[in-house]
Formats: sequence, structure tokens, C-alpha cells
Amino acid sequence: MATSIIQGMGLATGFSPANYRIAHPVSCRSLPGLYFLDFCLLLPLELQFAIIILFSKVALCSVHESNFSERRVSSFVIRSDGSLLSALNGGKNRRGELTTNAVGAKQEKEAPSTASSPGHEVLLFEALREGLEEEMDRDPNVCVMGEDVGHYGGSYKVTKGLATKYGDLRVLDTPIAENSFTGMAIGAAMTGLRPIVEGMNMGFLLLAFNQISNNCGMLHYTSGGQFKIPIVIRGPGGVGKQLGAEHSQRLESYFQSIPGIQMVACSTPYNAKGLMKAAIRSDNPVILFEHVLLYNLKERIPDEEYVLNLEEAEIVRKGEHATILTYSRMRYHVMQAAKTLVNKGYDPEVIDIRSLKPFDLHTIGNSVKKTHRVLIVEECMRTGGIGASLTASINENFHDYLDAPIVCLSSQDVPTPYAGVLEEWTVVQPAQIVAAFEQLCR
Amino acid sequence: MACSAAGKIIHPPSINSARSAQKPHSSHKIISPSAFLGFTSQPDKLFPVSRTISSTGRRSATVMAVSSDVVKEKKLKNAPSSAPNLLITKEEGLELYEDMILGRAFEDMCAQMYYRGKMFGFVHLYNGQEAVSTGFIKLLKKEDCVVSTYRDHVHALSKGVSARAVMSELFGKTTGCCRGQGGSMHMFSKEHNMLGGFAFIGEGIPVATGAAFTSKYKREVLKEDCDEVTLAFFGDGTCNNGQFFECLNMATLWKLPIVFVVENNLWAIGMSHLRSTSDPQIWKKGPAFGMPGVHVDGMDVLKVREVAKEAIGRARRGEGPTLVECETYRFRGHSLADPDELRDPAEKAHYATRDPITALKKYMTENNLASESELKGIEKKIDEVVEDAVEFGDKSPVPARSQLLENVFADPRGFGIGPDGKYRCEDPKFTEGTAQV
Repeated sequence: MATSIIQGMGLATGFSPANYRIAHPVSCRSLPGLYFLDFCLLLPLELQFAIIILFSKVALCSVHESNFSERRVSSFVIRSDGSLLSALNGGKNRRGELTTNAVGAKQEKEAPSTASSPGHEVLLFEALREGLEEEMDRDPNVCVMGEDVGHYGGSYKVTKGLATKYGDLRVLDTPIAENSFTGMAIGAAMTGLRPIVEGMNMGFLLLAFNQISNNCGMLHYTSGGQFKIPIVIRGPGGVGKQLGAEHSQRLESYFQSIPGIQMVACSTPYNAKGLMKAAIRSDNPVILFEHVLLYNLKERIPDEEYVLNLEEAEIVRKGEHATILTYSRMRYHVMQAAKTLVNKGYDPEVIDIRSLKPFDLHTIGNSVKKTHRVLIVEECMRTGGIGASLTASINENFHDYLDAPIVCLSSQDVPTPYAGVLEEWTVVQPAQIVAAFEQLCR
Repeated sequence: MACSAAGKIIHPPSINSARSAQKPHSSHKIISPSAFLGFTSQPDKLFPVSRTISSTGRRSATVMAVSSDVVKEKKLKNAPSSAPNLLITKEEGLELYEDMILGRAFEDMCAQMYYRGKMFGFVHLYNGQEAVSTGFIKLLKKEDCVVSTYRDHVHALSKGVSARAVMSELFGKTTGCCRGQGGSMHMFSKEHNMLGGFAFIGEGIPVATGAAFTSKYKREVLKEDCDEVTLAFFGDGTCNNGQFFECLNMATLWKLPIVFVVENNLWAIGMSHLRSTSDPQIWKKGPAFGMPGVHVDGMDVLKVREVAKEAIGRARRGEGPTLVECETYRFRGHSLADPDELRDPAEKAHYATRDPITALKKYMTENNLASESELKGIEKKIDEVVEDAVEFGDKSPVPARSQLLENVFADPRGFGIGPDGKYRCEDPKFTEGTAQV
């Protein structure tokens, strides 16, 4: 029914149905487009005309834009059940190209000016490697330490090829002794190097807690500022695809109380590379949280060098109704839920907080002041997680601006089960996000 | 007690494995345990406590002993100070003596100050162990690094940190070496490359390994002319900790320029080394990881110095790490809060007779390296230094509130962006120490 009415209108503006169908950017290519059209039918006629004309114009010049060519992929959704990639064999992507951009994502990002150069497409782990390599070229003191980072190229291929290029000492294969080699990296950092420690899985860094808490976080202070620890500790964490309880841990909640460290979580190839570079250049100890399921995300990133700000959050989608705060993989569940919400007529503002410690209260605050409602979606445990801290922080600072209590969706306080269905239920799913958002906006 | 031969470290022939990690670079001989340092022909008389060690050692060490052959019986000679068979020159002797007296006097003053309420918390004193610190650290250059544990005052002093800075730090004053923020257990000095000062045992050993790694990195990757060595000091209790073993492995694996110095004073607070360790001979754990292990009498500064020369020399030449076990003793309790009731008074009395300062004094006077009055002069000088340090500490100001937030991050932007859009460190209250972070 929708198309027949549009056809009628199309005639009025000089478009033939056939032309219209081919040229229209959203109608045939994606489900959201059809929903959008349905929605348009509810608008007054003049507005509908305007929209059609607008889209027609856009359609004519949109053919060349890479945005829309990417949208050719019809199943648009970044699924949460790990069908993106297989985390286990280091990132073989069986689905071909996948876009990371959910509705409205592209224009809201701190997009580089794509006008100057086309950029290049990378997968997230390649983006990390690019950032790493650029920094290693730039500063000879930058080195990597970890299990299987050298000859094996890293369990998730982030350091692939680097040992051949820089040698076995600069890309050091360590024995399995997390506490000691993290401590070794700290000692090296104190004496002039800038090491990057890779935890093969973030969970293994529990063994290095002694060094991370006592030495990494505190040495700059207890030495009265004499020694700095410019170390980066990175690795994949989060709930993967049936990896079992111990390989599915979210350590950001355990580390967040340690004074003297910064924590950032990357979620797209663009911010992965930028945050990696920023973390390496920072004189503070930085823990960079990657996610097992996001390594094969593909995105076009700039050719020019860029470094992101460690302390800033990223506005993924601007909106008016309520703010959704999220980070890492949950960003994609949120964006999927956002699509559903948009189709239902809501207008969520989505912010990827990126900086887990410290929180970017400016970006978050401005959003709260605009929308007055907050929904936090995280993969951390409910108890003592990042969401809990964020809730407290927002309540403390922006209490007057809230029209409703903050809603925080976190993973269940259970060890991640192996069984796929159980695992799915421990993690927040888009349907829950949609329901919570609707409840919040009531 | 004193000795006249140059030290040599005997490398262990492969005991358990087919290959030996370290290839000896000169001719070596294996010596039987009876020529072991500190063991005379009647070890039982002199070592009532370590009888168990020695007997266990003899029973199981039918294989090999690894030690330095430094000890020979003292040759009594009225030789001039430039006698070739003396281990030290007069200048060196005086330097060693002064350093040990400084360590002793400083620690004694710490005890006094603690009981007068000028310092608080956990304070661990080094009385009795001075030979180890002086014997090793006085051989180092300024660029070499030292990593210690909570019993670190004297290591800091030997490395060159001024007594004033250490005493102020203990008093918690802003003029302390760590601005009063570290305290007794965290003595750091960038200038003198004192890398701390760690409260948890074992956590300093990886840091020392890292400093040694930097040295190797500078040499091999950055192609700098770097032969800096790192010394890691820790106790017998630490030798049962995982980080110790993990670092022994990594140090040998990458031939890091590090010396692991075990200050075996037989007690970890109230836990006797013999009750907590399956094989109490710590030096044997070196060869298990492919590095030489040496046992030395840690109450004799000259013996320690000889062994240290060899070990540090090895590291400087790029031959890899060494594990040195110094048998020593602390005359006071574990800390000033420890009533020290568990240790046998006879054991304490025995080790009191082996006081390293008395021993060195005896050596120097008997070999005419220095006169009694010269040594007394040094003692007096050190007394003044320590008094001056106390005075300095007393007069120094306590840290201002502004110091509270300053050194948490090397880059204070790490405190993040506040609600007003500015970095929290830009908030004027930040420098006042009252900002909300």
C-alpha cells in the first residue's frame, strides 16, 4: 500500500514509479527504509512531498557515496550472538563484509573529513595493529610484551608481522607469567621504555593484579612523582561465543577502583586505532579494553594520522528523548535496539562512553541536561560494575536534571555459562534495551 | 674471618639436565661443601642454628656445591697497607666502614624517633645486615639500579640518597625523597636510580627484571653503549614466592644484566626459613634455572664484596644473571612493632659476635689500614650526619594540601573532564587539593 501511494505522489513530482523505485535510496534496500515510509504516511501531505523531494535529491547523488553502497547489505543488524565472526580462530570472518554503522551512526561520529582522501578499509584488529605499528615507528622506546605476540603474531593477530619487522626483543614473547612480565614491563617503563603489555585474554590479567594495582597505579605517587609508568595494558575481554566462564570476564569493574590508572574501551576500528595511539603516547598507565567479538568489524578509516582523546566520550547518535550510555560491544546491541526504537517513533541519544575511568562528565552531562533520562547498557556485572559507578556519578552531578531514575542494564551476576542459550540470557539483548527504553520514556 | 684470595664463581655443571645453560668462560673446579664459605672444619660449633642447613646440605649435596672459593684462613701479617694480598685498599676500607656505620647509626636513630612518635606505621630496620648492602651497592655506578623491599633505608643510603632525604621521608615531610608520600617502605630516587621500596614481598623482583630488560634493550635495540646492571634485594621468605621463580626464569632466558641478592636472615617475621622451605639452600635454586648460585657469608663485608664483584662483572659483560644467597641476620625484630620473642637468644648472641662492623674494624686495624682514631673519627662524623638529618626532618614542613592530588597521574588529564567541560586538573581547586575528582 505504501508504495502505491508513493507512486501516485511520484507522478506528481515527475518521477516515474520505475525510476523512483530504483533511485530511492532507502525504499528497496533496507527494512528501516520501509518503516520510514510507513511513518511518513502519517505526516501531513506537504511534509510528505518535501520528504520525497528531499530523498529524491539525495538519491541522485547518493549513488556514489560509499555510505550507501555499504548499506546494500540487506541484513543490517550486528547480531549479538557472535555471528559476526569466529573469535576462536583469531578472526576468520565468514560473513564477508559487514558494516559497523547502524542508523545515523556515520554522521554523528567525529568523522574525519572524507573529502580529502578516501581512507582505507580495515578490520578492527588491523586498525589496532596499524596504530601500534605507527607508534613503534615513531618512537623506538615503544615495545610489546606478552604471550605469543611475537612469532605467533598475537592470538587475535593484533601484532602480526611486527616481530619480523622489529625483532624479538621489541616484540617480546614472554613465558606464561602474567604477574612477573607485567611487573617487568613496569620496571622497564620506570627506566625509560614505553611497553605495551598484551593479556592474551583480559581475564589472565587477574594474575597480574598485584602489579597492576600496586605498581602500575601507585608508583608514580609513592615515588613522589619521580617515576612515571607510561605503560599500556591491553587485551580482549568480554563475553564471547561460548568461551566459558573464565574466558568471558569483564575486568573493567575490578580495575576501576585502582587509583592512578586510566581505562578506555574501544568499539570501532576508528576509535580502536585512535585510542591505541593515544594510550601509547600517554604518560599515564592506560588499560585498553578490547572485545573478543569485535575484532573483525570493518570500517573505513582515514589515511591521515589521527589520535583520539583518551578522556572523551563519543556521541554515536544524537537524539532528544533519552540518553543511552554504553561502551564496547553493547554499543551494537544498543544501536540495533535504537533502530527498533526509531521505527517505533522514539529518538534515543546514544553515547559510547569510551573512557571508563575517568568518565567524560561533560559529554554525558550535556546529554542528560538535554534529554533528562538515562539508560545505561553495559556488559559488566550488575554488582560494582561500570554502570553502578556511572549511575552514582550522574546522580551526584546531574540529579536536578533527571526526570526519572537512571535505569542500568547489566549482565547477570552469574559466571558466564557455556550453553549458548544461557549465555545469551546473561548478557543484555536488544529486546531488553527496547523494553527498558520504552519504560523509561513513559 | 677475613680472606686474601680473589673470588671466583664456580659455575654449576649440569646437575639434572643434559645441557648447561651457562658455559663457563674460564677453568673451574668443583669444591666440596667443607670448603664452603663460612664453613670451617667445625661448622657445628659456629653455626648452632644452621646445623640443620649444613647437615641437610651435606646429605643431599653429594652432587655438587656451588660457591665462591674466597674463604681461606686469615693470614696474620703485619703487612703495609699496600700489601698485595689484602682485599681492599685503605680508601676502599674507609668507604665501606663509613657506609656501614651510616647504615647502623641511621637505623638506630630511626628506632629512637619511632618511639618518640616522630614516625609511624611499619618501619623495618636493617641492623646487622649492613655488610650486604655495603658490599654490593658500593660497587655500583650511579646509573645502575637497585630494587629493594620494605627494609630499604640502608639500600637507599648506600646508593647515595642523602640521609636528610630519607629521614624527612620517614617523618612524612615534603622534603623527603618521595615528598612524604611513600614512607618507610617506598624509598625512591630517580637521581640515584633507587627503584624502590616495595611493601609486598616479591613485587619488586619483576620491576628489577624490567630495569635490567631496559638495559639490554638499550644495548641491543637502541644500540646505545649501555652496561647498566640492576640489583634486586629480597629476603628468604620471598624465595618461596612465585614471582621469584618466574623472574629467575626470565632473567636467564634473556640473559638480563641482573643480580638477585637474597638476604637470608633466616626469619620472615616469625616464620623460620627452615619451617617454610622444603629445600632451605636458596643458592641451589639458581642452577635449577640455569644461572650460577652462590652462597656467601653475609656478615662479612669483604666476602660479600668479592662475590659481588664477580656477579656484577658477569652482568656487565652480558653473561647473564646470578643468584647470590647472603647468610645474614637482623639484630632487631622484623619491624619496630615486632616484639621479637620467638627467636632464640642464643642464636641472637651468636650472630652478635659476627657483627659486620666489628669484623671490618678488626680487619682494618689488624692490617694497619686504619687506626682506631681514624675509625672513631668516622663514627663521630656519621653521628653528626644523622643528627643533622633529624634536625632537617624536624624543621621541614609537612606536605601542603595542594600535594594531595598532584602526583596521582604523570599526566593529570587522567582525572578526566568535569561537568563544566574543563579538565579537572584545570580546576583551581585541584592545585589546592580540594577539587572533586
